[in-house]
Amino acid sequence: MAATALRSREVVVGPGAARSRARPVAALRRVGSSRWLVVAGPLLLLGVWELATTVGGVAPQTLASPATVASTAWDLTKSGELPDALVVSLRRVAIGLLLGVSAGTVLAVLSGLFPVGERLIDPLVQMFRTMPALALVPLFILWFGIDERPKVLLVAFAVAFPIYVNTYGGIRGVDGRLVEAGRVFGLGRWGLIRHVVLPGALPSWLVGLRFSLGIAWIVLVAAEQINATSGIGALMTNAQNLLQTDVILVGLLVYSALGLASDRLVRALERRTLSWRQGLQSL
Amino acid sequence: MATGPAVALSTTAAVLDGYGRRFGDRTVIEHVDLDLREAEVVALLGASGSGKSTLLRALAGLDPEAEGIVEAPPERAVVFQDHRLLPWRRVWRNVIIGLRGRTRDDAIRALDEVGIAARADAWPGTLSGGESQRVALARAFIREPRLLLLDEPFGALDALTRIRMHALLRALCDRHRPATLLVTHDVDEAIVLADRVLVLADGRITTDLRIDLSAGRRRTDPGVADLRARLLSQLGVQEDAVQPEPPLEP
Repeated sequence: MAATALRSREVVVGPGAARSRARPVAALRRVGSSRWLVVAGPLLLLGVWELATTVGGVAPQTLASPATVASTAWDLTKSGELPDALVVSLRRVAIGLLLGVSAGTVLAVLSGLFPVGERLIDPLVQMFRTMPALALVPLFILWFGIDERPKVLLVAFAVAFPIYVNTYGGIRGVDGRLVEAGRVFGLGRWGLIRHVVLPGALPSWLVGLRFSLGIAWIVLVAAEQINATSGIGALMTNAQNLLQTDVILVGLLVYSALGLASDRLVRALERRTLSWRQGLQSL
Repeated sequence: MATGPAVALSTTAAVLDGYGRRFGDRTVIEHVDLDLREAEVVALLGASGSGKSTLLRALAGLDPEAEGIVEAPPERAVVFQDHRLLPWRRVWRNVIIGLRGRTRDDAIRALDEVGIAARADAWPGTLSGGESQRVALARAFIREPRLLLLDEPFGALDALTRIRMHALLRALCDRHRPATLLVTHDVDEAIVLADRVLVLADGRITTDLRIDLSAGRRRTDPGVADLRARLLSQLGVQEDAVQPEPPLEP
């Protein structure tokens, strides 16, 4: 009996058993890791889309075909309409981000470092944070008119909060033992901020920046569609009035490409500034 | 708390006079008088919660609520149990943190002394526990401290690394000759490293022993066993007491 028990255990742990059980898993894994699978999903979607709009009877006013979208994108690029709109939208996001991120960072540093700042700033920020930025559109139009200012300021307003919340949390989360060690080794107030607190809060700041970039595009889309004569959103709103689904789809694709690109940008920034974490991550 | 102008006697580096510490209603340290002399390694033993780290923090200038007279020179350095290196600064920058006008070369010289100059450009997150404590030692000794405070510096290291670090610390102290206070709960570590061993219990120093054995004999001398037993009993541990036999597992 002991012998059979031993043998049966041998079967389980033996190399043959392991191999035969691993084979379908390995096959699946091989298929899963192959590169073409990554594009298979989108290609499938594109095929269904093309079929639906050519032989499937979906009207172009409902959904333009992929081929039409591609040629429209090309036409819009050649005519300069798309590049112009892109530049306008990018500029709005860039200025809005610059303002909002700066304001959020400064406020977070003030309330993270100084008790007075905390009592003064934090309740105010928390109060405004619950306000949906898009609800401010009518007020911003009344205050700032219909030119660039309300759009840029709306972006700035919306992106300041994720930066503030994350940076503030990051500063508060800095390891007190490191601050204590810094003090023992001769760092003054400014030295502690520069060498300990700010670098310690940087990872959280970058998380905030990522949120901010995402929000910036959302807010811009809304602002441009409600009231604009230029920019990607305006392009799409005009297309809506003319039932040009192809132009709308081009706008959507551009927005998603921009979102993707800005996320990549933050990732690259993270890799550069947080290289000290590489050692930890590789463990 | 009166932290310090340099102490009058040149051989005395730091003084506690009627030092005490209360946390709310709880008195952790009742009354301690203590002189730390230059080039002397003093080990402070105590059970956990005895207040030995609290005493060290007072000497480090990290406790504004210490009572009594605490005099310590401004040239002091601390090695903590956790290395406390800034993870976002390279090793060599950690060594010279807070020092003005020091260069990478200075840092490398200090790192060389603890045998780890090759890791000068590494991120602290990539170091092992022993390597991190070597860097922490370099960061302390580059300041040429008159008072060196060690708060269970090897407590988190494995036994083999700890033995190597003991030899390194002894060599560094012999060369730089700071007044050294080593806080530990490890009796053997205290005997191996210290010239003088104190036991802190019930808020007072209950034992103050000088160890006259040469460093080479400390691990083997028959007197050590006796010393060890005495210190352990001061800490409330009866090592040789007959333990009841555990019941045998069927």
